[in-house]
Amino acid sequence: MMRFLLLFSRQGKLRLQKWFTPLAERDKKKIIRDMTMMVLPRAPRSCNFLHWRDLKIVYKRYASLYFCCGLDDKDNELLALEVLHRYVELLDKYFGNVCELDIIFNFEKAYFILDEFLMGGEVQETSKLLVAKSMEESDMLQETMEEYMNKPAF
Amino acid sequence: MSDVVEKTLIALPSLLSLDSQLGAGKLSSTSKLGNLIRSITELTSKHEEEKLIKKELTALKEQVSSPNTTSRQMKEIMVRAIYCEMLGYEASFSYIHAIKLAQQGNGLEKRVGYLAVCLFLNESHDLLLLLVNTVLKDLQSTNLIDVCMALTVVSQIFPKDMIPAVLPLVEDKLTHSKEIIRRKAVLALYKFYLIAPNQVQHIHDKFRKALCDKDPGVMTASLHIYFQMIKENPDGFRELTASLVAILKQVVGGKLPVEFNYHSVPAPWLQIKLLRMLALLGKEDQSTSEMMFEVLDESLRRAELNHNITYAILFECVKTIYTIHPKSELLEKAAKCIGRFVLSPKINLKYLGLKALTYVVQQDPNLALQHQMTIIECLDHPDPIIKRETLELLYRITNGQNVSVIVQKMLDFLQQSKHGHTTIVLVGKVAELAEKYPFTHIAVVSVPIRLCTYAPDNGWFIQTMNTVFSLGGDDMQPEVPNNFLRLLAEGFDSAEEDRQLRLYAVDSYLSLLQTDTCHLPQRFLQVMSWVLGEFSFLKADLEPGLVLSRLASLLDQDLVTTETKSWVLAAMCKLCGGVVGEGVAGQVAAQFGGSLNTTLRQQAQELHVLSLDQALRSRVLPPHTSWDGLEVDSSLSFLDGFVSDALAQGAAPYKPPHQRQEELSQEKVLNLEPYGLALPVSLSTCSLMDRQSPTGFSLSSGLSGNSAELPHKGGSLKMDGVKRVWGKEGYLPQKEAAEEAPAMPSPPVPLTYRVAAARTRRWTPWPAPRPLGPDQEKQQLASSLFVGLGPQNQLCLLGKPDVAPQRFRRKTRPQDPEGGSDWLSVSSHSSHSTMDSLLDSSPTPLGEELNTTALLGEELNTAGFLREEPNAISPLGEGLNTADPMGEDPNTTRSLRETANGTTHLGEGLNAAGPLGEEPNPVSPQGKEPNTASPMGEEPNTASSQGPEDTLAFWSRAEGETEAPEASTMATDQPPTQADRLTPPPCATAELLEPHGSELLSLASDGSVDLSARKLYKGAALELQLYIRNTSSDQLQHVSLQLRSAELQVLDSPNQSFPLLGDHGAVTSRHSVVMETPLVQAIVGGAVTYHTQSGSANELGFSLRLTLADFLRPLPLSTEDYGKLWLSFNHDVKQNLQLLLDKEDPLSATLNILKEKLQFHLVEIIGTEGILACQLLPGHPCLLHCHAHSGTLTVWLRSPVPDLPDCLLYHCQRVLQER
Repeated sequence: MMRFLLLFSRQGKLRLQKWFTPLAERDKKKIIRDMTMMVLPRAPRSCNFLHWRDLKIVYKRYASLYFCCGLDDKDNELLALEVLHRYVELLDKYFGNVCELDIIFNFEKAYFILDEFLMGGEVQETSKLLVAKSMEESDMLQETMEEYMNKPAF
Repeated sequence: MSDVVEKTLIALPSLLSLDSQLGAGKLSSTSKLGNLIRSITELTSKHEEEKLIKKELTALKEQVSSPNTTSRQMKEIMVRAIYCEMLGYEASFSYIHAIKLAQQGNGLEKRVGYLAVCLFLNESHDLLLLLVNTVLKDLQSTNLIDVCMALTVVSQIFPKDMIPAVLPLVEDKLTHSKEIIRRKAVLALYKFYLIAPNQVQHIHDKFRKALCDKDPGVMTASLHIYFQMIKENPDGFRELTASLVAILKQVVGGKLPVEFNYHSVPAPWLQIKLLRMLALLGKEDQSTSEMMFEVLDESLRRAELNHNITYAILFECVKTIYTIHPKSELLEKAAKCIGRFVLSPKINLKYLGLKALTYVVQQDPNLALQHQMTIIECLDHPDPIIKRETLELLYRITNGQNVSVIVQKMLDFLQQSKHGHTTIVLVGKVAELAEKYPFTHIAVVSVPIRLCTYAPDNGWFIQTMNTVFSLGGDDMQPEVPNNFLRLLAEGFDSAEEDRQLRLYAVDSYLSLLQTDTCHLPQRFLQVMSWVLGEFSFLKADLEPGLVLSRLASLLDQDLVTTETKSWVLAAMCKLCGGVVGEGVAGQVAAQFGGSLNTTLRQQAQELHVLSLDQALRSRVLPPHTSWDGLEVDSSLSFLDGFVSDALAQGAAPYKPPHQRQEELSQEKVLNLEPYGLALPVSLSTCSLMDRQSPTGFSLSSGLSGNSAELPHKGGSLKMDGVKRVWGKEGYLPQKEAAEEAPAMPSPPVPLTYRVAAARTRRWTPWPAPRPLGPDQEKQQLASSLFVGLGPQNQLCLLGKPDVAPQRFRRKTRPQDPEGGSDWLSVSSHSSHSTMDSLLDSSPTPLGEELNTTALLGEELNTAGFLREEPNAISPLGEGLNTADPMGEDPNTTRSLRETANGTTHLGEGLNAAGPLGEEPNPVSPQGKEPNTASPMGEEPNTASSQGPEDTLAFWSRAEGETEAPEASTMATDQPPTQADRLTPPPCATAELLEPHGSELLSLASDGSVDLSARKLYKGAALELQLYIRNTSSDQLQHVSLQLRSAELQVLDSPNQSFPLLGDHGAVTSRHSVVMETPLVQAIVGGAVTYHTQSGSANELGFSLRLTLADFLRPLPLSTEDYGKLWLSFNHDVKQNLQLLLDKEDPLSATLNILKEKLQFHLVEIIGTEGILACQLLPGHPCLLHCHAHSGTLTVWLRSPVPDLPDCLLYHCQRVLQER
């Protein structure tokens, strides 16, 4: 089960945080700090897996953004790496060639996509199409027609 | 979907008229959030950012409180508030508005409101209660998206006590027509299951329906719940194996719709989940494992694509194959797979390859040999993560011969790494290894290889520990210094060696104290002062005052803590004799005489007095006393008088810490202790358990919110009552017999020399040391690292009998019944490993002898033995299987056992093994059958007393016995009709007429004893009557019965014995049981042991499941008393239950069922409301208040005991559902 997912920039600025188990605010801050300190200095093309206390950390850098998640000890690291990748694919599909700015300015959308993809720390929907569809359905209700037309086609 | 379209049409006009909004893509940069973000990025200093955000927050605060703010604007405000919080600034004023937005907004606004709530509030926040109504409303909404949002938020932040409010609605969603809703509902229930398993227990059959759902997504979601349940109780779900295998087969075969593919691999998430479940189910269960062999083979075959996701599946496959009952073909394929990982140029795969190797190396040490060069390369890998994983692997293959090299590597790594947690773990491991092999062996010395020449002597242990103490600092586990001191104090077998070791320690500490000590950790200083105090007398030529003055100088340093000073003073007390002592003591006493710390002041005073009075000192601290003679009165009986005096004067009686803790938690104080320690699989050795990091914070703590259910805190396993079937030695068919078997004989000395001689000879073809290329250096490193891994040493690799020519064996300590050599055994969790059981059951010296001989015979091969041709050794490895054929020949086994110390019979054993030893097939099919091999090896006595034919009979009996407990639990679950058919024991018939008793339950039986039980519901306790009936025609002697339970309290003596039980006779034993802490159900276990006339001892285990309902009794109360009590109880739950369909009076019909089945006392029925009361033995009251309306019964339960309402509610639900 995934314990948390963090997105942060190369400068260590937090872009998105998702906690799948309840934690005190202080512990969250500590984890965020430790993660950026552990992950940012790592050389490119080094191993994507780390240890932190009794958790496995899996991270991956996409352009200027680091995706970093904490796993239970018995979980499969490679699979988690693919979870991150699938999330990026979903963002890409929604925003169309996603970049860090999209996530900064529309972070709530990134959260919604994540909620459709993961639930309770487990992968909920593995089909790209279905996630996109449920995002679309909820978007359709609220957005102006103009915005809707501007959105990249699915 | 017409619903959605309709909503869209309604929503559109209002949306179009509003101002520009956030949306997808680049449009948003013109929004207010965009402005905020942009102005923040333009700032240069943190201070400016702070100012800007402060301003922003003030503006936001104004806007939210203005009545004119529309919910659309509110949404925008919320997004900005979330952004500010993400930057680390508090926006608590917006929390309540987030809840309001979730409640009042539509669509996206609502969604943002929920998102803000999830991000702002944590589970214990008070405002969360305000959300319940909104969520309830949304769950009932006809808008699918609202329902989805509600389910998401429920699974995200709902705490345990709020679950009952939404549970029925979420449950309903399991039958929703849309699969997305069903899926989310299942996942929400999964989350509930993690938080409060009790509350969802009643919906297990619905989970099963979800498992059979026609939508693969829903089915996948339900697997998460089943995975948890299987993890907790694999035995309960073995019947699922066939279905899971079938599902996996279909998935692997590509039967799922294409949309479930991920990079053209069919549903990898599903595959991996299934593989993990199969691993849990097949572990230690041969027949279950056999069902999955085929599909595992298929999965391995199908996963060919060169993509990460394929490797993820392969990795899981390999792990499963090595976890379940072994099958040689699959193991071979899995080993090949591991090779692909290890040799991969991709660093992630290499890492996983190392992990897999670490996982399997105990079962298959040859695998490590095959990849030794890769492992060596990884040891020098630039990435510390890879290095660390390699060290982990090396740690697993450490033996007496390579320990010095491996420890050196670990210390090198420690010197570079500065990660707190890593350091603590690694330091613990180094200490463990050093303590395990304090005197590493001598054989390496004869190897003419430069790298091996630092073969250690006595000093190695001390030096290593010195490094450990200085690197480990003060964060390391306290066990490390404790164990070290105890080891030093208790000593080993040879007094002379002990003396030298201690002397070495004294020398090294004295020289260390001479240097600058301020950088040394406190723990290290404490160890030093203790050792100096205890053992400095060993150094004959020591100047009397030297030690004292060194120690005294520690007292002057500011950085030295009070605790350390106290250690130093204690050491000085032991040394303060003579004129010099008096002087120093006087100074110290003057220095600390005025200290504010009373302990130090007292100790300084003692030091002063002791230094003056030589006679007193030798009486209080007799010099040079042996550690063994020390007696500790652990019961503190000398304080009895003091305690009784204090009690007589009205002092409160002592409460042990756990009781105090419990009372604290009853006062609703938050419990911050972790309930279980999440530990890597690989570290599950018991000794490591204790070495877990001392930091209290663990992520796993939050998940299990139920303290009373887990009375054993701190992650210790509850082992009492559990029959040990698998142990370090492999399969233990009969624990007793294994214990009776003689302890492993220590290796005879001549043999050791022969091994050493053989090894020396092996190396003689090598030329004298010459300049080495880098490759050769690596090879030499390899040979020094993997030196113990050859076949002649596989025995010691596996941890148990340490054959390495270790000169000294630890004295057996009383708390270490297994003998000294394996007290820190490396082998642990792979208890079912074939190799393990085979090896451990084979008499050690024999294996050694065989290999030696074989080695001598194949001398030509030997030079290349460790380097180029790892395969060359595999035929030799088959020498291991000797135990197997010999197990079939009881006579040989016996002779080997009896003559293990001599060598005369070994030749015979060699002959028996000869043909197998040359068998070229590396994995003999017989070798994969631990069950046939191990019972023989474990039980030489039984086996040898019987002929070959009897062996079969014995084997089947052993099998029957291990299954007995299972059979008994099944028997208790049987419907009463079946129990009726059992003939009651003759003496019990009269008692069966007594009222308020259960049916007779058959618990267990074997060839000669039949055990059944009956529950008598007495007023003060549940009485268990156990009938032991002799079904054989022989007399049974020394029949004794032990009853134990981890969760329940057996009031009167849990053990009873009967000297004699005549043929077909029966005896009854009565036990009173109460339930102190409420549990839904609990198990009483136990065993009957008896001796047959032929003298053999037998044991029949049994277990009996008792439910909470067995311990419930009516609580007669008047309505007034009820009212008073109701207000004073603080733990409650509330839930809706189904009302019975009774035309006349559904309420009283329902309540009568409760009264009848759960022993409630019906206090009063007032209109549509009813009040009932009951008590849980011993004397925990619980009150029930219910209200009937439109087919449902709303039930409140209240009690002063936490969890009692929860558990009772569960039973109420069950009782009503059964109707």
